[in-house]
Amino acid sequence: MIIGYDRIEGWIQPHAKVLDLGCGEGLLLSELSARKHVDGLGLELDPQKIIKCLTRGLSVVQQDLNTGLKNFNDDQFDVVIMTQTLQAIRRPDIMLQEMLRVGREAIVTFPNFAHWQNRIQLGIVGHMPVSALLPNPWYNTPNIHLSTFKDFDSLCRELGIRKIDRDTMSFSGHASWLGSLWPNLFGEVAVYRLGRGT
Amino acid sequence: MSHPLENVTPFDVAFDAPLVLERGGVLPSYQLRCETYGTLNAEKSNAVLVCHALSGDHHAAGRHHPSDPKPGWWDHYIGPGKAIDTTRFFVLSLNNLGGCSGSTGPTSVNPETGHLYGPDFPEVTVLDWVVSQARLADHFGITQFAAVVGGSLGGMQALQWAISYPDRLRAAVVIAAAPKLNAQNIAFNEVARQAIRRDPNFREGRYRDFDVVPASGVGLARMVGHITYLSDVSMGQKFGRTAPRAEYESDGVNFAVESYLRYQGEQFSSRFDANTYLLMTHALDYFDPTCGDQIALADVLKDTQCRFLVLSFTTDWRFSPSRSEEIVDALIKARRPVSYVRLESEHGHDAFLIPDPTYEAVFGTFMARLAEDLEGTQ
Repeated sequence: MIIGYDRIEGWIQPHAKVLDLGCGEGLLLSELSARKHVDGLGLELDPQKIIKCLTRGLSVVQQDLNTGLKNFNDDQFDVVIMTQTLQAIRRPDIMLQEMLRVGREAIVTFPNFAHWQNRIQLGIVGHMPVSALLPNPWYNTPNIHLSTFKDFDSLCRELGIRKIDRDTMSFSGHASWLGSLWPNLFGEVAVYRLGRGT
Repeated sequence: MSHPLENVTPFDVAFDAPLVLERGGVLPSYQLRCETYGTLNAEKSNAVLVCHALSGDHHAAGRHHPSDPKPGWWDHYIGPGKAIDTTRFFVLSLNNLGGCSGSTGPTSVNPETGHLYGPDFPEVTVLDWVVSQARLADHFGITQFAAVVGGSLGGMQALQWAISYPDRLRAAVVIAAAPKLNAQNIAFNEVARQAIRRDPNFREGRYRDFDVVPASGVGLARMVGHITYLSDVSMGQKFGRTAPRAEYESDGVNFAVESYLRYQGEQFSSRFDANTYLLMTHALDYFDPTCGDQIALADVLKDTQCRFLVLSFTTDWRFSPSRSEEIVDALIKARRPVSYVRLESEHGHDAFLIPDPTYEAVFGTFMARLAEDLEGTQ
C-alpha cells in the first residue's frame, strides 16, 4: 500500500515523465504506469528491490540518493516523487531543491513527528516515539531528519518552494476531520505537492 | 532426455557480398562460425545475439561432446532455466571477424592472393562486427533481436547495435563495459601488443611463413591482460603468498600466482593467434561512439529505441562501475529506458563470467520479463 496514492495519482498528468526517488519494489511506478501511462524511472539502492521492479517491467537505476541528483539535467521530469524517504536523507533541504531542479513539480510524503501520539510518547512518557510509521529505536533508525508539518512549511518558505497543495491523512491513508482541522496535531502523514517559486 | 546443450555443433555461414570496413579495408568475402541454442520461433522474434569479448569465440554455451571437460565460456548464463533461458530464447553466438576460431581472420586464406592474410588482414572495428552480425541476422531471417547482450568488449557491441540498428533490437544488455577505453586501458593493451611484437618469432606478423609462433609474446600479453581481469581481493584469496605446487618449484617460481599466470599464458598462446590479438585490442582501443567527443554520448544514444540493462561489478577496475555509469547517465539524459545495477563481487572484471545469485537474478529477471512481453504480443 502507498499512503496517499489516490492523492498522488490525481496530481499526475497522463504520460507524464516521472522520477520516483527510493522507488522500492516499484508499486507506485507500476500503478502510475498502468493507470496514467507515465514514462517512469525509479532510483533504488537495494538490488533485491530492483529485481522486483524488473519483474514489473520498470526502468530502475541503482543509486544512493545521498550522492544527489547531479547526473540528471534540469527540467528532465514533469514530477519527481519521494514517498516516506525524505526523513532518511542526509540533507533534505538540498534534496528538495534538487527535486525541483530536475522536475517541474515535486511530490513528497513524510511522517509528522508532531502527531499527538508522538507528542504523548515524548512529552508525557518521556521516550522517543516508536510507531508503525517510525518503527525503529532512536539508536538504529534510518529516519535521521524527522520533522513536523510546521517545520516543513517553514523550510519550503525559506527555500522559496511553492506549496501547490497538501493533504494529511492517517497511517492507513484515511483523511479525518480532526486532521483537516488541526493537521499538525492529528495528521500522521502529509502528502505535499510542490512547485518552484513562492 | 539428454541435456539439450550436450551436443552443440558449430557451423559456418559464408557471405559473398564484399564488406567495406570502417577503417578503409574491404573483405571481398568472408565466413562467420556460429553456434545456436534453443529454437527460433515462427515469428523469428525470440532471438538473442551473444557478443563475445576480447578472447572469446562462438562457443558460448553447452558442450560439443558430452565428454568435453569444459562447457562454453558463458554456460553459467545460457541454457534451460538460466538467465538467457534457451527454452524461451533462440541464442545466436558467433566468432567475430578477425577471430581465430573459425571465422575469417588472419589465419584464413586471402582469396585474392591465395596466401594467408596474416598481418595483412584489414583492421576491424566494433562497428564492422555489428554490421557483419546484422548480415548474419538477415541470413536467419531475423529482422529484430529480442536482445543483444555481451560483457566487456561484447557489451560495447551491444551498445553499438543500439546505436547503429535502433529498430533491430528490443533490448541491449551491456555488462562490465565502458563507453570507450581510457588511457590506462589503452596502455595495458599497448603493453600486450609490444609483448607480441617484440617476440623474435613474431617476424612482422608473418610467423606462419616461417613455421614458428610468437608463443612467448602472446603468453606474456595474456599474463598482463589476466591481471587486469582479476581484482586485488580475488588474487589475494586465490593465491595470497602461497608457494607453487611442487612441479613448478625448480622453475624459478616462488609463488603460486607466478605459476598460475605462466600456465594461463601458455594455455592461451597454444590456442590464440597473435595477429588476432593485435586486431582485437586495436578494435577495443578504437571504440568510441562519441567520435573523440565531437558528439555527447547522450546525443549519440538519443535515437536508440531499445530498453537497456547495464550491469557493473564493484571490484572491476578494468572497466569500473563509474564507466558503466557514464553509459547509464547518458541514457538517462537521452531519456531512454535504462535499468542499472552495480553488483557486489570480489572477482574483478571476470565477474561477468562467474556464477553469482544476485547477478543471475537481475539479468534473468530482465530477460524473463522481455520473454513475457514477446510472448504476450504474439
